[in-house]
Amino acid sequence: MIVSNLETLPGQQVVKHLGLAQGSTVKAKHVGKDFLAGLKNIVGGELKAYTELMQDAREEAVRRMVAEATSMGANAVLNVRFASTSITMGAAEILAYGSAVVVQPLPVSSAPAHPQA
Amino acid sequence: MEWLNLAQFVLPLILVLVGWVVGRILERRHYASIRQREKELAHVLVFSTRLPPPQSSGQRSSLVTGSVVVSSDYFKTFISGLRNLVGGNFKGYETLMERGRREALLRLKADALAQGSTLVIGLRFESSRIAGSQTPCMEVLAYGTALKA
Repeated sequence: MIVSNLETLPGQQVVKHLGLAQGSTVKAKHVGKDFLAGLKNIVGGELKAYTELMQDAREEAVRRMVAEATSMGANAVLNVRFASTSITMGAAEILAYGSAVVVQPLPVSSAPAHPQA
Repeated sequence: MEWLNLAQFVLPLILVLVGWVVGRILERRHYASIRQREKELAHVLVFSTRLPPPQSSGQRSSLVTGSVVVSSDYFKTFISGLRNLVGGNFKGYETLMERGRREALLRLKADALAQGSTLVIGLRFESSRIAGSQTPCMEVLAYGTALKA
């Protein structure tokens, strides 16, 4: 499964559009982590616990999106976008969405890497 | 009663002071580390265009991301309250966001390099506030497509 935020892939051609694939997660913060982050707030800087939490959530959202695309029969998800919102003070939603498509490698001989160039 | 009142005023003041001193030190260190890593990763090229630059040979693509959650300190938050009265640029939050964005970009470059790629196209930035009713806590995400030969 190819996941990309481009509309077209270099060296590949889209042969079938299957529609929108999306995946989302809502992750809540651990109370202990939240407390430590509160202390870190005094001096500022990176909050590693939150960074990891958001990364985990994003990976999960991408996994769900890929699972949906797979069930549609796609072998690539293009034009992927991320969006995140904090729902309440303690929880954030992460959404990943893109177009489920079937791609095929372009024949090597006639494959201009850059159609415009 | 007296000491309680005193504590109510003194404690926040101490926290603001601690935030100022430690926050400045941490910020300086972070900037030093960012500049250092930017030099190390300078050979990883990143573009926000949708098409790869001509004469690049990448054929296999994969999504790469870099993200960081940065938080303001008590001093910056305190000053921002005052700054709100008169308006204008607030340097403290400008540097906060800049640090977050540069850090996220560095992590994206490191991710690309770990996958054996030195070319990323279609870069997008996304930032959102994830926590903190008083002190802002921002998540900055950079994502793009890494091309491999």
